[in-house]
Amino acid sequence: MTARHGRRPLLTMSRVEKTFGGETVALKDLSLTVNGGDFLSLLGPSGCGKSTALRLIAGLIHPTSGRLEWSGERGAGDLGIVFQEPTLMPWMTVSQNVWLPYRLRGKGFAEAQRDIDAALELVGLAEFTEAYPRELSGGMKMRVSIARAMVTRPRLILLDEPFAALDEITRFKLNDDLLEMKAALGCTVIFVTHSVFESVFLSDRVIVMAARPGRVISELGIDTPYPRHADFRTSNEYAAHTRDVSNALGEAMGAAA
Amino acid sequence: MNLSDDAVPALDKEEEFRARRNRINRIAKWTLPSLVMALSLLAWHLYVTLNDVPHYVLPGPVPVGKSIVEDWALLWPAMLTTSRLTILALFLAVTGGVALAVAFTQSRWAEMSFFPYAVILQVTPVVAIAPLLQIYVDSAFVAALLCAWIVAFFPILSNTTTGLKSADHNLHDLFTIYGATRWQRLRYLAAPSALPYFLGGLRIAGGLALIGAVVAEFVIGRAGTGLGLASTLLEASYRFNFGRLYAALILISILGIGIFAITSLISHLMLRKWHESALTREI
Repeated sequence: MTARHGRRPLLTMSRVEKTFGGETVALKDLSLTVNGGDFLSLLGPSGCGKSTALRLIAGLIHPTSGRLEWSGERGAGDLGIVFQEPTLMPWMTVSQNVWLPYRLRGKGFAEAQRDIDAALELVGLAEFTEAYPRELSGGMKMRVSIARAMVTRPRLILLDEPFAALDEITRFKLNDDLLEMKAALGCTVIFVTHSVFESVFLSDRVIVMAARPGRVISELGIDTPYPRHADFRTSNEYAAHTRDVSNALGEAMGAAA
Repeated sequence: MNLSDDAVPALDKEEEFRARRNRINRIAKWTLPSLVMALSLLAWHLYVTLNDVPHYVLPGPVPVGKSIVEDWALLWPAMLTTSRLTILALFLAVTGGVALAVAFTQSRWAEMSFFPYAVILQVTPVVAIAPLLQIYVDSAFVAALLCAWIVAFFPILSNTTTGLKSADHNLHDLFTIYGATRWQRLRYLAAPSALPYFLGGLRIAGGLALIGAVVAEFVIGRAGTGLGLASTLLEASYRFNFGRLYAALILISILGIGIFAITSLISHLMLRKWHESALTREI
């Protein structure tokens, strides 16, 4: 149940705790090693600290105690993030939105154009570069958001329940596409979700968390090799994995109560 | 995007009805108000002539129209003076309001220290301040300008401050992750988010700048600001020249409409591509 062979650690969190306002323990004693190439899901009920963990990793908040270490330098374009909502700027076109990470580093549009086009091509929006976000469907907006997170070819992409608000058909399609994109990019992904099915389909490591206080209960490996396609969802192997993860989540819920 | 490439242009009953209604609406939008205007003028004319209302109580539309033409040499410069006063006050309100709003959002200390005084400036009636300004400021034009500026300034400040703070929190986080500078955050995130709020404030401030200018002319104007429309109006009332009084009133009104139309147009042009308020729904 540990890291896959041949993967080098990218990020090590040791005994990380986060307490808000001196009393609310959002995250307790989290130790986790994220390896390069992992597709890691943080699964748990609301209030289990999975979003807090993500914000800690993103550097948006700092741990109350414990340590969070990156191997090697963390450069400006090494981290991409996708939120629950698409979080696009409505006054900018699709390609200008994807330009943002480069723009903030002082890279001109013309200079970044190739990367922008490539990212939009990868998410299947090559024809919508000049559209404004309001003209897109919910799923397409999410694709733009993903393209923006990937455009700098980061080492690590964080996704915080990105597909929770989408319908099931769109979600399945985006799950399939996300795996393809990850393979094409060769990056590491940390994916926060509260869907057992999504976590099993996507990841090779599922971290099950419990609430109050937020903590890790167990880790399960999903050893089905990639590429995984739509037929994986109906396989017995998939059913077996979801049963295991559901049981672990059930324990987590029991532990919380 | 649409179904037009299917080459079946047939409109069903509902679509046909909608198209017809749109056509009618487009015409009615202009004809109906014009008709109302014509009818009110007629009613005004008939009321005055049939009842023999004396001209110093209510002049009919004909003498008023005549007065606009005959007094044009006097009214036109007055209109220019009032326009200049209004537009300059609005310009200063925009620069001052936006600059202060930016200062408030950049520094919490600045906001805590000065916002209450901006409110005090706003809630104190300008009529009460105008005579004082006249004492302390030598130039009557500058005093009038200050008056109009005080009234127009607050909606810009208040709306822009709210707007600058209204940017999406997740976008703020994103800017933090990508290491954005303060300036980048202001330029690329806060300012565009504030734009619809600012433009809403601008429309209000445009009307208020005119009101401020008119009030200032009433209170200060006689001291020799150079005659604006409001002081012309006041003077005409002293002389029982009611034709000119109404002529001046109508021109002030037209000035107000003009300012509203221009600020609305600016707002529409800047927002039409992306903001909900400026979009026409397709269905």
